[in-house]
Amino acid sequence: MTVNVIGKPLPRVDGRAKITGVARYAADFNQPRQVHAVIVSATVGLGRVTGIDTAQVEKMPGVVAVITHRNAPRLPYAPHKSYIDPATGERLHVLQDDQVRFYGQPVAMVVADTPDQAERAAVALRISYTAERPIVDPADPKARPVVPEAGKQPDARLPADTARGAADSALADAPMRVDEIYEIARENHNPMEPHATVAAWNGDRLTLWSKSQFVINEQAEIAAIFGLPPENIQVICPFIGGAFGTSLRTWPHVTLAAMAARQVGRPVKLVLTRKQMFFTTGHRPRTLQRMALGATADGKLTSIVHEGTGETSRHEEFMEALTSVTTFLYSCPNVRTRYRLQPLDTGTPNHMRGPGEASGVFALECAIDELSYKLGIDPIDLRRRNEPTIDEGENKPFSSRSLMKCHDLAAERFGWSRRTPEPRSMRDGRQLVGMGMASASYPAFHAPANARARLLADGTAEVEVAASDMGPGTYTSMTQVAAETLGLPVERVRFSLGRSDYPPAPSHGGSWTMASVGSAIRAACIAVQEEAAKRPREGRPIEATASSQRDPDVAARFSMHSFGAVFVEVAVDPDVGTIRVRRAVGAYGIGRVVNPRLARSQCTGGMIGGMGMALMERTVLDTRDGRPVNAHMADYLMPVNLDIPPLEAHFVEEMDPHVNALGVKGIGEIALVGMAPAIANAVFHATGKRVRTLPIRIEDVLTA
Amino acid sequence: MLPFTLEKVTSVQDAIAAASSGRRFIAGGTTLIDLMREEVEQPDHLIDINMLPLSEIRIDGSDLVIGALARMADVAAHPDVQRLHPLIAESLIEGASPQLRNMASIGGNLLQRVRCPYFRMHDAPCNKRTPNSGCAAIDGLNAGHAILGTSNHCIATHPSDLAVVLVALDATMLVRGPRGERSFPVEELFRLPGDTPHLEHTLLPGELILAVRVPGGFYSRRARYLKVRDRASYEFALVSAAAALDVGDGVIRQVRLAVGGVGTRPWRLRTVEEALIGKAPDRKIFETAARLALEGARPLSGNHYKLELLPRTIVRALEMTGEAA
Ligand SMILES: Cc1cc2nc3c(=O)[nH]c(=O)nc-3n(C[C@H](O)[C@H](O)[C@H](O)COP(=O)(O)OP(=O)(O)OC[C@H]3O[C@@H](n4cnc5c(N)ncnc54)[C@H](O)[C@@H]3O)c2cc1C
Ligand code: SF4
Repeated sequence: MTVNVIGKPLPRVDGRAKITGVARYAADFNQPRQVHAVIVSATVGLGRVTGIDTAQVEKMPGVVAVITHRNAPRLPYAPHKSYIDPATGERLHVLQDDQVRFYGQPVAMVVADTPDQAERAAVALRISYTAERPIVDPADPKARPVVPEAGKQPDARLPADTARGAADSALADAPMRVDEIYEIARENHNPMEPHATVAAWNGDRLTLWSKSQFVINEQAEIAAIFGLPPENIQVICPFIGGAFGTSLRTWPHVTLAAMAARQVGRPVKLVLTRKQMFFTTGHRPRTLQRMALGATADGKLTSIVHEGTGETSRHEEFMEALTSVTTFLYSCPNVRTRYRLQPLDTGTPNHMRGPGEASGVFALECAIDELSYKLGIDPIDLRRRNEPTIDEGENKPFSSRSLMKCHDLAAERFGWSRRTPEPRSMRDGRQLVGMGMASASYPAFHAPANARARLLADGTAEVEVAASDMGPGTYTSMTQVAAETLGLPVERVRFSLGRSDYPPAPSHGGSWTMASVGSAIRAACIAVQEEAAKRPREGRPIEATASSQRDPDVAARFSMHSFGAVFVEVAVDPDVGTIRVRRAVGAYGIGRVVNPRLARSQCTGGMIGGMGMALMERTVLDTRDGRPVNAHMADYLMPVNLDIPPLEAHFVEEMDPHVNALGVKGIGEIALVGMAPAIANAVFHATGKRVRTLPIRIEDVLTA
Repeated sequence: MLPFTLEKVTSVQDAIAAASSGRRFIAGGTTLIDLMREEVEQPDHLIDINMLPLSEIRIDGSDLVIGALARMADVAAHPDVQRLHPLIAESLIEGASPQLRNMASIGGNLLQRVRCPYFRMHDAPCNKRTPNSGCAAIDGLNAGHAILGTSNHCIATHPSDLAVVLVALDATMLVRGPRGERSFPVEELFRLPGDTPHLEHTLLPGELILAVRVPGGFYSRRARYLKVRDRASYEFALVSAAAALDVGDGVIRQVRLAVGGVGTRPWRLRTVEEALIGKAPDRKIFETAARLALEGARPLSGNHYKLELLPRTIVRALEMTGEAA
């Protein structure tokens, strides 16, 4: 029997469970005798804890324990790093000493019978400090950029410096030049679901029900911190209420939950407050970028210089792909990139949807737009004139690249031909109307992954992987891959994920889950069928485990990326400066689309994230002590329903035989990537005012 | 949250009798509970007034009377409100979110507390929360703060949209307390911060808001509320303006104008109003008059843009009064 389900717009297999509340998220789990822990966060930005008055608080109703660096167990903190942890530096060790490295760092924890009692006691705990003024502003003259250690290696994935040709002299000689600084605010992921962990010990075995995009690594990390063999630790996370990268790393609250549970000898639930999610669970680093382009009068790029700096903490060097896309998006003989980090007294940043690419492409795609106006060339045409035939940075062919097809399709659907090129030339009533566009790109990553498939006597199948589903629809798309490979209807396939004792999967980030886990599932389903063909069933289940990875020879031969084109229309009020996105159209070349319904949902979600980046999101720090002042959903702005206009996502046909057997690239990140520059370019077209700082707000365009 | 007791009352007398210091009335709870969770508000006893018969919305002669317990959503959707006072409906719809508007009462809306972030942070000095502790916003982050009516002790903006409209419309408060009932202009409900920013309103101890009375008038025909902000909903105003014009024979005969987002209390602009009377309703005139709104404005490090945005918002709101809603 052949069942064709890959490519079908199947509704979410877990939709009903989510809508009816059956789906359980980390904080929904409860254990017998469970108590509740609340973290006390530092109220100074740099210094030392000099006193903690625990006696009063210990006597408060329901309080079971007050844990501070004075009575906390010294944890082994064995070295452990995975690829989602910064390669350089050491993770924050919690409650191991009296030092405060940044505002909001955990300095104590209160455990009580009920969440309210714990919360009350946490507020009542008096802590004294000696404090210094932290440096949290990248513009502070005392903040010094450093060369990222891991970027210095010759084979670094994110090299600190790259160069081909002679970019600086070519820039100086160029007849046409754009040379500008672009700045992007710090952003926090702000998923709906808070970080939460329920920790329960049984002897020296620990179970964690914990919000995680990477259960295998959470297992390994907690094992290292507590000095236990990983097999002793089980991490369970069946559902995630949005994450956008914040749950890739195992942050200190997981350690604290486990520590508290061990200390009080009872299971502990720990849920972060919204405010605490601005402290120790990562953020998109603030970036400052110089983007310089040189071109001939007919629009051929002769030089690109891209120098970017991202903030990081003092204790770790978080790196992201800030300058990567610049090396291959355009054909240009002379390109130089430089990536630096600026250590500040803050928590460590981490990956946030489209990490690095979203920020870097903002600078590149705004600069290209600026160049198009200088040259008087249509921005799509300018891109076409500089479309490369190979990845000139790596000197390799692309496995597939449909960028210009994306532009053609999106331009047509958007109605780009109706645009008049002159800035401030289009109006709708009083409103200034602007149309802008940008290219997007994100790597088609692929990591080794494993899967187990089991054929049951009743004709159904079970498939298991230690993967995650933070919302894109992994449950559904993986069920489709398994069903199609096994030749079964989807109703007869049950796919499970989110347990560290399942076959290992890579982190659920980097848009590689479909490619990596999907390929492993396909391999396991083929393996189990071969197994079944070898021996009669005899009523017993037949099981096979398989792994898959990208063929290293193919990986070495090709440059593999997704590409996309984003078109946006904005309206700007000429009197009061309000900026509203009126519609957006994206077209993407992402290989094979496993489920167009989910893919579209991913893309529109990414576009909305990009709207946030362009027009709303920023975490504002008080430079006196490093506190975020808008750590609140009413004050940290993100698009709400009324902001979201009609959004369209289209996919160009793209057969890529090289990326993997399924022919899929990634989709989650790329949809955010081009949105911010497309909006910024549309704002310029509407107003004639070029804003190079994100988010663009009313006050930026008021005097346009 | 600190432990507290809750008492439900069923008559206005009981409510007033139950009131004393350390106690609070609770209506929708959307301001109060939020602040109690953060321990900014620390009442030990709550008097639940939701059972009181104060939700009525009615017409009395040419006045509109809105009960203190009428919900924002109900007032906004009420046909008489929409017909006679579209301005009120507009200001309510522009506020908060649907969920909040379903809970939040008119009385609570007028007494909602400031949105200054430091007010909610126990580890920051704030004269309003903790008298004489200082003001973290003056030398801190103050992009959302006021430029009018500020003092060296507090610069927080009054956040209510509805209050701006009621002040523009010359509405009055009806309140009752241990010493009986009284009535006074809504504008007089709000205090300037001066050196006592912890005192925000002029209600006497134990006084309960019964209703708000809005006189009928010319402004039902040409009136608009314009709220300017970075996103389309669920955000407090950067600047807002309530404007009502009465135009006859080509000149402005009467005008009402109040602004939000810029003052430590809802800010009526009488000098601008006076400058408009007798003039033609055109953009040039509006622009000249709107400049007068900046009289006495004291911008801070983060809110200079309001000097530009305020007059523009006024001009636009005045213009909009001539356009269909
Ligand atoms: C996230 C968020 C966004 C918001 N956005 C906006 C906005 O954009 N615009 C806007 O205008 N508002 C906004 N609000 C504020 C909202 O409108 C108020 O919280 C609400 O109107 C308060 O009404 P309530 O009935 O819930 O008051 P409560 O919280 O019950 O009470 C507030 C205060 O008023 C007192 N009180 C209540 N009723 C009486 C009475 N009858 N007599 C005497 N005292 C009384 C209480 O004792 C308490 O001190 C927002 C609120 C939130 C939480
Ligand atoms: S502005 Fe007012 S509310 Fe804000 S910190 Fe200063 S005193 Fe407190």
